[in-house]
Amino acid sequence: MASNYFSKIFSRSPFTAMQEHMTIVNECVHQLTPFFNAVLERDHVSARKVYKEIRRLENKADTLKKKLRLHMPKGLFMPVARRDLLELLLVQDQAANQAKDVSGLITGRKMEFPQQLAELLPRYVERCVDACQQACKVINELDELVETGFAGREVEIVASIIHELDAIEKDTDKIQIKIRATLLKTEKNLPPVDVMFYYKVIEGIGEVADIAQRIGSRVELLLAK
Amino acid sequence: MDHVTIYIILAGALGLFMAWGIGANDVANAMGTAIGSRVLTIKQAVLIAGIFEFTGAFLAGGQVTSTIRKGIIDSTAVSGSPELLIFGMLASLVAAGVWLLIASHNGWPVSTTHTIVGAIVGFAIVGLGADAVKWAEVGNIVASWVVSPVLSGALAFFLFRSVQKLILDTDNPIANAKKYVPVYIFATGFMIALVTLFKGLKHIGLELSNGQSYLVAILVGLIVTACGMYFISRIRIDPSDDRDFHFANVEKIFAVLMVVTACAIAFAHGSNDVANAVGPMAAVISIANEGVVSQESAMPAWILLIGGVGIVLGLAMYGKKVIATVGEKITELTPSRGFACQLAASTTVVIASGTGLPISTTHTLVGAVLGVGFARGIGALNMGVVGNIFMSWIITLPAGAILSIFFFYFFKGIFG
Repeated sequence: MASNYFSKIFSRSPFTAMQEHMTIVNECVHQLTPFFNAVLERDHVSARKVYKEIRRLENKADTLKKKLRLHMPKGLFMPVARRDLLELLLVQDQAANQAKDVSGLITGRKMEFPQQLAELLPRYVERCVDACQQACKVINELDELVETGFAGREVEIVASIIHELDAIEKDTDKIQIKIRATLLKTEKNLPPVDVMFYYKVIEGIGEVADIAQRIGSRVELLLAK
Repeated sequence: MDHVTIYIILAGALGLFMAWGIGANDVANAMGTAIGSRVLTIKQAVLIAGIFEFTGAFLAGGQVTSTIRKGIIDSTAVSGSPELLIFGMLASLVAAGVWLLIASHNGWPVSTTHTIVGAIVGFAIVGLGADAVKWAEVGNIVASWVVSPVLSGALAFFLFRSVQKLILDTDNPIANAKKYVPVYIFATGFMIALVTLFKGLKHIGLELSNGQSYLVAILVGLIVTACGMYFISRIRIDPSDDRDFHFANVEKIFAVLMVVTACAIAFAHGSNDVANAVGPMAAVISIANEGVVSQESAMPAWILLIGGVGIVLGLAMYGKKVIATVGEKITELTPSRGFACQLAASTTVVIASGTGLPISTTHTLVGAVLGVGFARGIGALNMGVVGNIFMSWIITLPAGAILSIFFFYFFKGIFG
């Protein structure tokens, strides 16, 4: 019969949960490196194994996202707008979805890449994974932002991390342009349907970096108020 | 056994029981914030609460007790029939006890202060007539219930803002924490000592001039600060602790401050809430002893002593468990905000104690938590629960009143 109504005014901080979610998303996106290594070596068995791991992690992130939403009811008083936080969560989740979609497409079609592309792809994938890693770093500053009340030096630290994230994303754009140019030169000698899907995969990988950048700008929105 | 002896025994037993209930239930709200942030173990918290609730009750509980005892009811209205006041005060104690049992059984956020004031006003209106109530004083009390959470919220807001400006948002938070935390420690010690010296201590035969009071308060502040600085100097700053959460080491320094403010809030709580138990008891005992209703009669010091003992007993027997439960649930409050809440709330409560206003420590603390929330310092607060806590006193007043009217006629039927 403990009268612990006082303790009930403290809800579990959604920020630590957001960080947990992002950690899983990041882990999921990181699987793209071993996945492409296997694909480029034409090792379909290993690729499928990694794809399954990606799917598992994406599922895990999805479950956590749903749980987090339930823990963020309307009557919560938070240092940031509830809607902004829910939208950020959605963007975080999209990164894992995107990793699953790209790897799923490749696995489903048992795609193999021509030599010219295979040379450029690892670096491209690596930079996109880097972007997600950097976005994770931004999200990891959320509890520090709460600690400092979303003000002062911590805001500058986060801003500089986001700045670097933008730079990484620009880098991936450059690599993407280069890969497209390479593909354009050789596409006439390749099966047209395959070429269509190569473009789709190139775009899909780049989307991971775009989503990572969007995570950064969502956090910037939180800081703006 | 004559009636007078029965009245005194009844009043003593009921007062002790109320004090026990306050120790068992209410202290947990005050101390929960300190345990939640893992600064104190349960044992340490119970020890601190015991010592400071007792000293608060004994040294600074006199003013509010006197308000409850003779501030709400105009005794000239009942000078002809003093036993009516005895029945009423006994009824208020029983009513408050019953209502608090029902409320805590159901987990309702009910304040002891609101219950006892509602009970006293209730029996007075029905048993003695509406004229017997000092409405101006009741108005002051009700106003203070609105003002105290707001004041404490504003204090907490500015305290936390100052912590942000001076410590957290700087290039070297650890160095600045070491520099400024002792200042906050001094402020806490000084404030508590000063209010106590100004308003308490007369009943234990210690009279100081204003100048002397300030000097002693400064001295107390300095002693507490020295102790605090000693403990801060012993903190091991380990950079590897900051890997996950960059403010882990800064929070260690705030932890020392939080121990000091935990003492302050226990002291403040004791000084204000003891009156809910011993105020009616003191009224009964003085009327029963003297046979007349006197506005002047002084209150014997041992009455506050009983209140203090009752609170400590409740704390030791049952409060430990409640503190543990509350502490487990409050995990999101780090020492840098926990201290701001506690210092703001204890300042507000101690000032109210000095002025003789019975206020709710829990409401004041909730106000402080909201203040820090407005400074964007807390992850998430449940506004529904906050609303329930504040709204509950609207139900508590009539509930306490109706119950005390019932028990008033009950006692009148038996003894009258």
